[in-house]
Amino acid sequence: MTITPEKPLVQIEGLHKYYGHHHVLRGIDLTVNQGEVSVVIGPSGSGKSTMLRCVNLLETISAGRISVGGELIGYREVKGRLHDLKTKEIAAQRREIGMVFQRFNLFPHKTAMQNIMEAPIQVKGQSKAVARKRALELLDRVGLGDRAGHYPSQLSGGQQQRVAIARALAMDPELMLFDEPTSALDPELVGDVLNVMKDLAKSGMTMIVVTHEIGFAREVGDRLTFMDGGVVVESGDPREVLANPQHPRTKEFLSRVL
Amino acid sequence: MDSHQDAHAAPVLNNAVPVRHPGRWISAVIIVGVLLAFLQSLFTNPNFRWDVVGTYILDTKVVQGVMWTLFLTFASMVLAIVLAILLAFMRQSDNPVFRWSSWTWVWFFRGTPVYTQLLFWGLATVLYPTVVLGIPFGPAAITWVTSDPTHGLIPAILGLGLNESAYLAEIFRAGLKSVDQGQSEAAEALGMTKGKIMRRIILPQAMRVIVPPTGNETIGMLKTTSLVLAVPFTLDLTFATNALANRIYLPIPLLIVAAFWYLLVTSLLMVGQHFIEAHYGKGVDNRVPAAVNPAAAKAAAAPSAEAEPDLKMDFPEEEAK
Repeated sequence: MTITPEKPLVQIEGLHKYYGHHHVLRGIDLTVNQGEVSVVIGPSGSGKSTMLRCVNLLETISAGRISVGGELIGYREVKGRLHDLKTKEIAAQRREIGMVFQRFNLFPHKTAMQNIMEAPIQVKGQSKAVARKRALELLDRVGLGDRAGHYPSQLSGGQQQRVAIARALAMDPELMLFDEPTSALDPELVGDVLNVMKDLAKSGMTMIVVTHEIGFAREVGDRLTFMDGGVVVESGDPREVLANPQHPRTKEFLSRVL
Repeated sequence: MDSHQDAHAAPVLNNAVPVRHPGRWISAVIIVGVLLAFLQSLFTNPNFRWDVVGTYILDTKVVQGVMWTLFLTFASMVLAIVLAILLAFMRQSDNPVFRWSSWTWVWFFRGTPVYTQLLFWGLATVLYPTVVLGIPFGPAAITWVTSDPTHGLIPAILGLGLNESAYLAEIFRAGLKSVDQGQSEAAEALGMTKGKIMRRIILPQAMRVIVPPTGNETIGMLKTTSLVLAVPFTLDLTFATNALANRIYLPIPLLIVAAFWYLLVTSLLMVGQHFIEAHYGKGVDNRVPAAVNPAAAKAAAAPSAEAEPDLKMDFPEEEAK
């Protein structure tokens, strides 16, 4: 993929996160350019999911700043002081950011179609007809056009995750966050989800993907970031980092997962 | 599977001797015996006075009593549900004042007997002959003289409803807590506002947990209404049948009349509860695909559909094709 002028969409600067006295993120810096696929790997407990959840404010930010599309996330800066945004303003910021969860989190009382139509109707105020048409397009795009009337409990994990991706896309976000999207899936179902994500990457979507799928990182990633102990240990071109890791902790991690 | 069966065309069935269950037969004999003895007594014991039951079962006072009991149940449950939703939300709120107030409300109304509360509400106009709007310990702006023109109806509904709200608040809180955290996270990530997340995502799922105990409480309320004589409110079913019994000195047949009506209404409520439960169990309790358009169903059944054998188990109509 070619990215003409390097235009940063996401900028994370000096991000820290505490849970009580537990210092989970210890100063993360990460820039994701428009149209870029940024893959984040690392051992569990390294803080990569927490970092991702900070980007759409599912976690509060203890220190540092995150901006998406030039807009500061979660705060308003007035005379050099940060003020918390109201929940409504936070909701508005989240509309531009789609998120896919490890455990899908589809709404179990709604069909696949209704899951996708929910936010466009309720948040964007789209008409039912428009939302339905778009939902069908998206279901086709993730290969589930024939599953519109199925409830999540009637779908396999892989199918549920693809519906979840379609649901996030229905809001036309400018950024998609993937939080270990294939970790809860049976091995034979992982491929379908990864294929949908590859198509999405090809279409030019900006993506931050926290994953254990090294193959996906190598094939689709524009940048690979290795996190451990709440810091970025190493970051660079995925193929270079994977072939020739510089830091001993990266080497050790890769030797265990490859 | 098929080829495997062809290879062994006609398997010899095991025809195992089933385990005998003598206990079932013994228990059946005892229970049926007791039941028959009871039935016989119903027909032969003259003290039941079925003729009196027949006379009063549709008596105007009795039917009016049923209506008042239904109204009391309905009105106090509506009041209780509205308050309980408010209390449950307050308990979950970020606002510590709300959390504390909700807790205190539940503590007080759950901690005192409903009979005592009904007595209090009946005496409310004695306790507070006037209500004053003004600054506490300061000057009064407006003064009302309290009165109860409804002859105990409003105190009865307040007494029953406020007491019940404390129990329902706990049921609703449990229901809201039962919904997975990931649900509100997913809705938040879609940019939904708090109110919409509650109304469209959390509550419909919580209802699955909330409805059965609430139905239980409604049936309980139907019978708790018989305590309104504490207010006193004197038109409900229990009071009406008791009054008739005292007049004709025959308590037993009128107790049967009351029991018959309570049982009938309870049965109807149970039917209603069944349908409400079915509604909120959509997508979770039933695993049969719903609302699939026929074309899509055909497409789903086509052999090109991806192979997921364990999932196919859920769609017998697809396997058939």
